[in-house]
Amino acid sequence: MVATQLLLGRVVRPTLGRHLLLALGAAAVLLLLSAQIGAYDDYNLTAVAIFAVAAAGLTLLTGLNGQLSLGHGALMAVGAYTASLLLKDHQLPVVVVLLIAVLTTGIIGIVFGYAAARLRGPYLAGATLTLAVALPQVATRYKNVFGGDSGLTVPPSVPPAWLGADFPPERWLAWIALAAALVTMVLLANLLRSSVGRTFIAVRDHEAAAALAGIDVARTQVLAFVISAACAGLAGALFGYWSGVTAPAGFGLGLSLQLVTAIVIGGLGSLAGAVWGSLVLVFVPALTSGMASTMNVPSSIANNLPLAIYGAILVIAMLVAPHGIQGALSRILAIVRARWGHTPAGGKKGVVDWDDPTPDT
Amino acid sequence: MSRFLVLTLNGLTQGAIYAAMALALVMIWRATKVINFAQGAMAMFTTYLALFAIDHGAPYWLGFIVALLSGLILGAIVERVIVRPVESAPPLNIVILTLGLLLFFEALAPMAFGGQIRSFPPAFSIVGVHLGNSQVAFSPFDAFTLGSVLAVMVLLLVLFQKTNLGLRMRASAFNPEVSRLLGIRVGRMLTLGWALASLVGALAGVLIAPTFLLYPTFMDQVLVYGFTGAVLGGLDSAVGAVIGGLLMGFALSYVGGYLGSDLETVGALVILIAVLMVRPRGLFSLQRLREV
Repeated sequence: MVATQLLLGRVVRPTLGRHLLLALGAAAVLLLLSAQIGAYDDYNLTAVAIFAVAAAGLTLLTGLNGQLSLGHGALMAVGAYTASLLLKDHQLPVVVVLLIAVLTTGIIGIVFGYAAARLRGPYLAGATLTLAVALPQVATRYKNVFGGDSGLTVPPSVPPAWLGADFPPERWLAWIALAAALVTMVLLANLLRSSVGRTFIAVRDHEAAAALAGIDVARTQVLAFVISAACAGLAGALFGYWSGVTAPAGFGLGLSLQLVTAIVIGGLGSLAGAVWGSLVLVFVPALTSGMASTMNVPSSIANNLPLAIYGAILVIAMLVAPHGIQGALSRILAIVRARWGHTPAGGKKGVVDWDDPTPDT
Repeated sequence: MSRFLVLTLNGLTQGAIYAAMALALVMIWRATKVINFAQGAMAMFTTYLALFAIDHGAPYWLGFIVALLSGLILGAIVERVIVRPVESAPPLNIVILTLGLLLFFEALAPMAFGGQIRSFPPAFSIVGVHLGNSQVAFSPFDAFTLGSVLAVMVLLLVLFQKTNLGLRMRASAFNPEVSRLLGIRVGRMLTLGWALASLVGALAGVLIAPTFLLYPTFMDQVLVYGFTGAVLGGLDSAVGAVIGGLLMGFALSYVGGYLGSDLETVGALVILIAVLMVRPRGLFSLQRLREV
């Protein structure tokens, strides 16, 4: 009995195994879901997956390492332009394109990461804000490389033949984006549970104390920036496939601010929060514009009402739920547990919980 | 007239606007440690209010006063109603809050005033003055812009340095706890700080509107350059904010004039990064040692 529990513990307990199982479960659910819904919802699902990848990278940087970036939209542009330039003259499999985009953006992230590691708080915010505004201008300036304001077109990824001839391309793209999102989540979740993840948090909480504990603060910050940039690059390349065109207007300041919004509304510092935030980003505007179009009001009001409601939601959310959706959920869960007299899972004899190694008595 | 002089004068006028926006941001930062991303949108809204008054037959100067007064009131309301409850929240939450406010105002303006691009009347002629037989690229309105920004700065300087009220405001920003013990109504001082800052922002809005034309997002650019100027100068220094804003004006004018207007923002980025790499807290702030 004890032996089987130990054996089970070996497979399920280690972080990697647990995260993989979770991801497989999520993949199965999403696979079934994407087969049920139409092309428009597949399109929205893809958007959620793309935002989730970028937001997860940003929450690693901002939520867990304490570096506020208002310029992640520009890093997404790097990924998107890398993909577009690769696909301009060559036919490459989507995995190769995504990997090259991740690498390129990661390398660019090293440069910005070194600059960012010297800056704190609002100064970093100011520098990254300028980055978000300036980088799309480069694409406008060098028209013969980046296609100017009209941008570069991205050929769609064709579903493989074994899926059948009439397999909807929207669903194929949704699969790619969801797979990328799940892989990103598993990798990041494992990283955060490792010693590297703990150094990120140590640096965020107290730089001087982290340095005294032997952590190289600057190196940790650069590493966080590079990983975060790589995620943004992946999201950017997917964004290129999703929108079919890579143009400066798609990567303006608005995109960067949307990502920051997503991680804070979702719940800063948790990967689940990044997913919640991406859902909000995609579905709240869709919901509010649906509401506005059914109301019988002049077009000047109907056109702007969604944005007004969205802005009001951000303000109200920060007033009533300062820890975002994930924070609110954990609080509700804690209240429910207290009410029903549940103690947190424990008391399983023979299995040591490595995440909470309090001795069973 | 030489190209360089034209660009310099242009940079000076634009820089004065960015300096006003930077000053507004720094005043709020010093008082409440918040970067108010809604500053530009609030100024946009007060400029629309001024235009609304002018549309309904008010003379320009009444519109001007409407803008400044509504800026004052709007700033006070935003601080008291929206920012005060999250005073002790993590800084990022307040950033999101002001971003939400920005979106809200930019959606409210077209609902209230219509979304089409409007022209805004200048107070004085915007045609360059004649000196002898040559025309100079400096108009009476440019002079008015410079003069009014300068006047506001001098008034603020007098307020903060020479009056009892200014001293109390500085004390509240410097150490709220001790100020409270000394009998200062810290809450009121913070509200007043926000109100004055958005008055300065509203001034920037009215002054730039004739050049930029009026539409819901017309202040976004001014906000970004004003923020960049404030960071360049050092967020803790009002003098730094003004100089940073002016530097941004000159830099953007020269880069735009000599290298092409689509490189303006790239130029701003390069300058900002270069300065911050040498002085990570801006040009004019005191370089503190790392806090433990």
